[in-house]
Amino acid sequence: MTLRVSIFAAIAALILLAVVFELMRSRRLQERYALLWLLTGLVVFVLAVWRGLLGWASNTVGIAYPPSALFVLASFFVLMVLLHYSTVISRLSEQNTALAQRLALLEHELEQTRSRD
Amino acid sequence: MPEQLVARTAQGGEHGAVGLRKIAIVPALNEERSIAAVIAEIRAADPEFDVVVIDDGSTDRTAARAAEEGARVLTLPFNLGIGGAVQTGLQYAREHDFAIAVQVDADGQHDPTQLPQLLAPIVAGEADVVVGSRFLGERNYKAPFVRRVGIRVFAAIISAVVGQPLTDTSSSFRAYGRRAIAYFSRDYPHGFVESVEATVIASRCGLTLKEVPVVMRQRLMGQSSLTLPVSIYYSIKVLVAVFVGIFRRSAYELKEDS
Repeated sequence: MTLRVSIFAAIAALILLAVVFELMRSRRLQERYALLWLLTGLVVFVLAVWRGLLGWASNTVGIAYPPSALFVLASFFVLMVLLHYSTVISRLSEQNTALAQRLALLEHELEQTRSRD
Repeated sequence: MPEQLVARTAQGGEHGAVGLRKIAIVPALNEERSIAAVIAEIRAADPEFDVVVIDDGSTDRTAARAAEEGARVLTLPFNLGIGGAVQTGLQYAREHDFAIAVQVDADGQHDPTQLPQLLAPIVAGEADVVVGSRFLGERNYKAPFVRRVGIRVFAAIISAVVGQPLTDTSSSFRAYGRRAIAYFSRDYPHGFVESVEATVIASRCGLTLKEVPVVMRQRLMGQSSLTLPVSIYYSIKVLVAVFVGIFRRSAYELKEDS
């Protein structure tokens, strides 16, 4: 893997980490949703800087060109993040339904109470 | 001596304990077997306390048992986690103009007979947030070795971050004065193991912290919900949150009149 690829990948990972940090600092991203992104950034950064480890890893799984291994790994993490979001969206939509139902019941209760007075 | 832990003095303070409205916030998730006893104990310890139970999505009879015991019950439509539940209680305290709020766990770990010690610094105007520490004074806190070490490590980190020696940052046996109620009702950490983050937030936004020694009991019922992988996950999450918190400004300005 050329030095240029390593430097580029390391910088990209650092930018990702910086953006995630700033989003957390300005309260636009909660910690629980930031952890996977931080892990992604850290793993990509470590592998970009520690070229021996990347070489060994790509060799082990049979990828001839180490930078491809880096991309495969990065896409794997993005896939994990997406899957995580799917579960989050599912939970949110369930809670949204529960809130709407609760609200309807409360409104009804309020009307009944008002008309009784 | 715990008195040495006061770093700054809270402005104002509540002079004279007579007539101060006090509320106990009891977040509860499936604690039908212990909730009634906890409410009764709070009442026995100090009859002036209002008790509000935050039912955080229980599937058992927690809410019914609490209501039978005469507590106010706020039932959340789904589980928000301990942080969201406590904040609900603090919002209730703020809307109903309580001067002091204490957080008491529903599992019976916290001994309500120690409430006077917990309230004293707030009544005296010495602190906005008082934390009952298991590691000050008489020590008979029994917990697994790993848990005790974890608590110590967090205490060391948080002490460094807030610039004040603290011995127990994860204790949830806490008392809040008016300023703390006002702030935390708007900005309180979500999820689980929120007390560590809350400590940092309190110090960052200018609330005065104080620890007093408390002795905790073995839980009346049930086991700790923390398994090792879950503990590790939350430890990392809290450390990240604390680190980011250092660079964060307060979400709201504290107003003296709030």
